Amino acid sequence: MTINQPELVAPRAPAGQFLAVRDLRVHFPTDDGLVKSVDGLSFTLDKGRTLGIVGESGSGKSVTSLAVMGLHTAGLHGNQVRARLSGEIWLDGKELLGSDPDEVRRLRGREMAMIFQDPLSALHPYFTIGHQIVEAYRVHNEVTRQAARKRAVELLDRVGIPQPDKRAKDYPHQFSGGMRQRVMIAMALVNNPELLIADEPTTALDVTVQAQILDLIRDLQKEFGSAVIIITHDLGVVAELADDILVMYAGRCVEKGPAEQVFTTPRHPYTWGLLGSMPRLDRERSDRLIPVKGSPPSLINVPSGCAFHPRCPYGERVGAVTRTEVPVLREVGPRHEAACHMAAEERSRVWTEEIAPKL
Amino acid sequence: MAARGGPPGGAGRLRHPPGATARPSTVLAYLIRRLTAVVVMLLIVTLATFAIFFMIPKLTGTDPALLFVGKQADPAAIEGIREKMGLSDPVLVQFWKFVEGLVAGRDYANGVDVTHCPAPCFGYSFRNEQEVWPVLTSRLPVTLSLAAGACLLWVIGGVAAGVVSALKRGSVWDRSAMSVALAGVSLPIYFTGLVSLAIFSYALDLINVDYEPLTQNPGKWFESLILPWITLAFLYAAMYARLTRATMLEILGEDYIRTARAKGLGEGVVIGKHAMRSTMTPILTILGLDLGALLGGAVLTETTFNLPGLGQGAVRAISDKDLPIILGVTLIAAFFIVIANLVVDLLYAVIDPRVRLS
Repeated sequence: MTINQPELVAPRAPAGQFLAVRDLRVHFPTDDGLVKSVDGLSFTLDKGRTLGIVGESGSGKSVTSLAVMGLHTAGLHGNQVRARLSGEIWLDGKELLGSDPDEVRRLRGREMAMIFQDPLSALHPYFTIGHQIVEAYRVHNEVTRQAARKRAVELLDRVGIPQPDKRAKDYPHQFSGGMRQRVMIAMALVNNPELLIADEPTTALDVTVQAQILDLIRDLQKEFGSAVIIITHDLGVVAELADDILVMYAGRCVEKGPAEQVFTTPRHPYTWGLLGSMPRLDRERSDRLIPVKGSPPSLINVPSGCAFHPRCPYGERVGAVTRTEVPVLREVGPRHEAACHMAAEERSRVWTEEIAPKL
Repeated sequence: MAARGGPPGGAGRLRHPPGATARPSTVLAYLIRRLTAVVVMLLIVTLATFAIFFMIPKLTGTDPALLFVGKQADPAAIEGIREKMGLSDPVLVQFWKFVEGLVAGRDYANGVDVTHCPAPCFGYSFRNEQEVWPVLTSRLPVTLSLAAGACLLWVIGGVAAGVVSALKRGSVWDRSAMSVALAGVSLPIYFTGLVSLAIFSYALDLINVDYEPLTQNPGKWFESLILPWITLAFLYAAMYARLTRATMLEILGEDYIRTARAKGLGEGVVIGKHAMRSTMTPILTILGLDLGALLGGAVLTETTFNLPGLGQGAVRAISDKDLPIILGVTLIAAFFIVIANLVVDLLYAVIDPRVRLS
């Protein structure tokens, strides 16, 4: 070790940011062509903050979270479709995409953990939940079975499972949906991860249970101080939890900013569409929901220019540029960015005059 | 006699109601119910085989007594046998006496001489007037040796090949292993068996295939069984490799495998523990049923290699029209299959916590 050794690593860790994703691309080669699930996504997240990633099915939300967890490259066997990843993912000063897979594996479950959508299929049916949590703890901590068991019971208790020491001996199928999701959360939190990714954590649950699970995630975040990414297609969920919102469309970010801003002054037609299709109890019931017309684009043949243009009701007002040029993210407010060809003043006017009154 | 059946209730994809912990009392009640069913089942099989084997000679005009005595018998001797064997009794009476003999033994008497046949009495061979039960018990160890050794080979070989194929899907290994497996499934035993005999026994003179019991000469026992083991295991290993590969590939796509990786578990634990645990469930089920069916006699293998097992006994009995032996082998085979089914069902409840015994 020499003291004045020059810095060898070219890209530097972003200062002060806990998680930084830069120009992330995740492409899957298939027989039909290259599926560009995520195509140039960047965002940052600090400790103790919650980022909500919103978008339709197939917009690249889950693919992004799996990329951060390093699960696209883990456990590939034979000639399975190998994802092509590029860009940078910085977690607590370490770049993950270029790291040794085994190093990333050691971070998984310890520094970053994930809650999956359907807890019934995400838990192993043949092992007791106690065993599964103990296993998650002992991978990263050299402790006795008893100590790990104590820790598992403690967490089951913390996530609100009654009689945790008894229920730890039960199998996943013996729990209700909400209880199973609590088990998933306990398992994710067992190593005090600094980054928690919740991929549609309430989608598979009963509506009455959804609120409880969201409350639990919020409380735990306060308690553990971790950074949380919550992935959902339900704007109600992000309204509930997120400090920041990132709206994804066809593998790209179309709008991101503080939750307050995105909800009160959204600056992208797609975000308007999402807001218009969200049922709200504080509005007249007679008003119809306004769905986003059309269906999500193919990720093999992403529409040229702005990927949203075939479905955008305002495309005509902008002209040909919407079909030829990919719009870049531009600042539209404090920490608030949107990628749209429409002039900022025009968007502001359309929102206040045409869209907001109808919501 | 290797009939194949699916696992009871489909392969591990059952969704059962929550709270499926079986209490000991319900397990006991279940066992008693199942064992009763086993007895009833065996009685029905006995009745059916009895009816077929003892009625058909009557319908076709062949006299069982004649079969027993031989062609050049005088009418008095035939009449004596008919009397002694009770062949002129009504069928149901004959059946009752047969079942009674199975349970308690029976005496054959025609007033002049009495022959006692101890339980379980399957009667006497038409061919050489031997008691059937000792014939069966002398043949059973051969079949047992064959099945046990082959089973060990095919489980280890088949599962290992299947797992490696699944993990290296599309590789040269996978494609060649699956081609070999396809050959194994398609080639009949009398082909692979004869080829191996021709090469290793006749041409190279490496292996002497004359069977000797384990208790008399373990070395010769082993030597005589190597080729039958490999031949039989080849067929089953091929099936198990394909089953293992397909199951493993399906399991690897499951969400809980992703969860295991998300926990930070190494690939060894993910595959060796999480994926294998699920893959073994359907395999153990099929294994129980296959083994049960095989214990009734591996007809082709035993015939090809001239092994004096139950299967070979059955074939000889059929060509000799030796009805009591046929009946005996059928009952033994049915017994093993019914018991194997019960064991598999019990095993299923042990290996899959979602299955409830009720």
